[in-house]
Amino acid sequence: MTDMTEPATLTKKDFETNQDVRWCPGCGDYAVLAQVQKLMPTLGIPRENFAFISGIGCSSRFPYYMETYGMHSIHGRAPAVASGLKLARPELSVWVVTGDGDALAIGGNHFIHAMRRNIGLKIILLNNRIYGLTKGQYSPTSQLGMKTKTTPQGSIDRPFSPVAVALGAGATFVARTVDSDLAHMAQVLRRAAEHEGTAFVEVYQNCIVFNDGAYDAITDKAVRDDARLLLEHGKPLLYGKGRDKGIRLRGLEPEAVTVGEDGVTEADLVVHDEAADHSGLAFFLSQFDAPKLPVPLGVFRAVSAPAYEDMNNQLHADAEARRGRGDLAGLFNSGDTWTID
Amino acid sequence: MSVSAGTAEVEAKRAGNGRAPRRPVEELDSVVIRFVGDSGDGMQLTGNEFSKAIAKAGHDFATHPDYPSEIRAPTGTLFGVSGYQIQFASRQVFTSGDAPDVLVAMNPAALKTNLADVKHGGIIIANGGAFTDNNLAKAGYKSNPLEDGSLGGYRLYRIDISDLTAHALKDAGLSKKDVGRCKNYYALGLMLSLYSRPLEREEEDIRRKFARKPEIAGANVLALRAGYAYADATEMFITAYRVRSADIRPGTYRSLTGNHAAALGFVAASELSGVPLFLGSYPITPATDILHELSALKHFNVTTFQAEDEIAGICSAIGAAYGGVLGMTTTSGPGMALKTEALGLAVMLELPLVIVNVQRGGPSTGLPTKIEQSDLLQAVYGRNGECPIPVIASSSPADCFDCAIEAFRLAVKYMTPVILLSDGGIGNAAEPWRIPDPASLPKLEVKFRTDAEGFQAYARDANLARAWVRPGTPGMEHRIGGLEKDFLTGNISHDPDNHQRMVEVRAAKVAGIAGDIPPLRVEGPEKGDLLIVGWGSTYGSIVQAREQAAAEGYSVAHVHLRHLNPFPQDLGDLLKRYRTVLVPEMNLGQLSRLLRERYLREVVPLNKVQGKPFKVSEIHDRIVELM
Repeated sequence: MTDMTEPATLTKKDFETNQDVRWCPGCGDYAVLAQVQKLMPTLGIPRENFAFISGIGCSSRFPYYMETYGMHSIHGRAPAVASGLKLARPELSVWVVTGDGDALAIGGNHFIHAMRRNIGLKIILLNNRIYGLTKGQYSPTSQLGMKTKTTPQGSIDRPFSPVAVALGAGATFVARTVDSDLAHMAQVLRRAAEHEGTAFVEVYQNCIVFNDGAYDAITDKAVRDDARLLLEHGKPLLYGKGRDKGIRLRGLEPEAVTVGEDGVTEADLVVHDEAADHSGLAFFLSQFDAPKLPVPLGVFRAVSAPAYEDMNNQLHADAEARRGRGDLAGLFNSGDTWTID
Repeated sequence: MSVSAGTAEVEAKRAGNGRAPRRPVEELDSVVIRFVGDSGDGMQLTGNEFSKAIAKAGHDFATHPDYPSEIRAPTGTLFGVSGYQIQFASRQVFTSGDAPDVLVAMNPAALKTNLADVKHGGIIIANGGAFTDNNLAKAGYKSNPLEDGSLGGYRLYRIDISDLTAHALKDAGLSKKDVGRCKNYYALGLMLSLYSRPLEREEEDIRRKFARKPEIAGANVLALRAGYAYADATEMFITAYRVRSADIRPGTYRSLTGNHAAALGFVAASELSGVPLFLGSYPITPATDILHELSALKHFNVTTFQAEDEIAGICSAIGAAYGGVLGMTTTSGPGMALKTEALGLAVMLELPLVIVNVQRGGPSTGLPTKIEQSDLLQAVYGRNGECPIPVIASSSPADCFDCAIEAFRLAVKYMTPVILLSDGGIGNAAEPWRIPDPASLPKLEVKFRTDAEGFQAYARDANLARAWVRPGTPGMEHRIGGLEKDFLTGNISHDPDNHQRMVEVRAAKVAGIAGDIPPLRVEGPEKGDLLIVGWGSTYGSIVQAREQAAAEGYSVAHVHLRHLNPFPQDLGDLLKRYRTVLVPEMNLGQLSRLLRERYLREVVPLNKVQGKPFKVSEIHDRIVELM
């Protein structure tokens, strides 16, 4: 692919369309769009080999703003559409952009099965914990007790964590980032782009109109260092302004401790291993939430497993090696035949 | 049995034991045989093997498998009865026949549920050993019908098939379970003797079929010979019967079910166009066999994807079609309902796609293994918005092959989803298929646009079709989606006039297909008293009913519609040429409604919704009433 064009000559501008971007001013989606547009020309892939597939919702307008091939499909079904595209055309770089309602409510089934198969899709979930396009109803990630137009007395729906769902479905790459930390987002998106198989990235994204400030605790520069935990492979779970706070285990219970106090040293802390054989540690981290524990950002899990499209290609190669390339006359005349003169 | 000329002759040649012929042989025009037993008794296999043996003897045949939706319902119960009916004849056969001449009943429940259909004076072969007190009670018999004289109106043969099979195989060294499995072939041997068919071909078949398990092959051959010899030696059948070979067009044939034929047609569409095939599907009765067949053909350019649900089945096919391959999905009624929203998306995207609905009894879960034609209005109209989709229907198992190719021809030429309607009767029933020379099949032209100069995503050709562009083509990056789009660029547009224009152009594109349909073929007089308009699997019954009525001197014609949306251009004129129009359908009159609405023409509906095909007599009787 790379020998056909000169991808190095492409710039962010080459990935911008002439369409007016119709997100509300100040929406977190702009930051994600800009980072993705910036990332694309650096991946060594010709522009025509990208496809962006989305469902329905604010986030799903994304493909219209990418000067690549793209499809704005129907609510929740983007992973299914993208799976068919990837199987038909494994050489394409196929991205899915979705939201918390699109991926986790109406499209939950497709979301989990894409990850179970480990098909080569890059799935970016813009999680604003609210339904924006329908003007403010609670979503599967809205906090318990949250007041919205459909929960005037506060929500009684228990939210789940997209990262935990992805891990439960067997995802081989799971990461989380936040719209306001551009450097972190760029780093996580690049890792996702380079992963073989399904790569899932949750982006904490602020909805300025219907759920403004949902992530203030981890985005406000004054307090965020004590509320978020930046995951680094092979490093102890350290956080805090002075990087003096950490996580240690008491049995299977995580505990926030301060290094240097009560005899705690760095050696007592849990060391992050994104490539662990099983997803236990990643799942454990996915349960962390403020204020009791810091919110982890970064790569929870990145393991290598055969990609679905590669296995599918292998099926074809095996079948052809065993039976030869099929020909119609042979197929028609197989089985029991008889001749009438 | 319709006995022709009453020629009794002495059977000239006997297979099997080589003894001198004894029984007189009666010549017949046609025979209808029904094999019935527990759903685990292998009745479908026995019926299949018998139809193959019959076909190789040069007969035309038609079959109707009738089985419960439970895989193995409790043994001996009335609801667990599975059946397979075959009609073979010395002429062309269009249906599996109205009433069986012969019923092979493996247990009391099978006898009880099928007896009413058997012709008066017909043959009943009962597996006597299965008529135990326990089985009789399960079937609700107070006394044993084989002994209480209640079957006096039939020619009853009581044979203990299980025991006789076991006896024949006592030295074969097989387990009891394996021996039990051989009783199908014992029953087959009985029937081959009754219909004077030689054993050699069947023996060869068995040895080929079980080539990897020679001991099983040997046992089945033994069982087959034992059944044949038993019928012969005991002279249990007073007369043997022979049906003359049919006058069939020369060629090489094989027996195909509709689902299998459809699968071959789709592979052919891929090979003829040089474009890979992608099937996204979710298992559902009675459509799953298409997925089974295509899954085993990966040495062709065929990808099958068993999706997580019906919606993902069609959506993955849409994604594949966007990628530039022949995308398709297969389903039945309830699955079709789930795919509805995605059908609308395919209409908006204007991508080629084929959706196969192998219809079953509805609504809801309905009658999964029984036949019905009640999804026609759903196919034509069942979507939100003005959402036109071409609809075609296959009329017989072998016709599914041609319809599969026709569906993709329309889909790629007009850049549109196309719905292909089949039904459980066609899908599971078998008939001889004359194997075509691949070179004789129509070429399927597929052109991908690669010229970026002046490209507009929704610019149209003379057929109102937009261009198909494969992602990966430089300089033509564009976005499509379910929102209304600009007439030319395909960008989102909420402009009122543009929407009106787009709704109208989508409708005009599909309507324009009417000009691309071959002229209708009418059987019978060009004008006259009565025209029968049919579609789908009622074909066979209508053909025979019409032939019968015509032979009786009635002026009656028949036209069978493959294209149901849009209708062929010449249909309106045709309808005017007959005093009465009769529309037999296995629904409450869906084609009747479409015809009235389109042509403002009164038609006479003939409707049946019993999960069973029309009997020839039901249509024939209505023809006569209307004269």
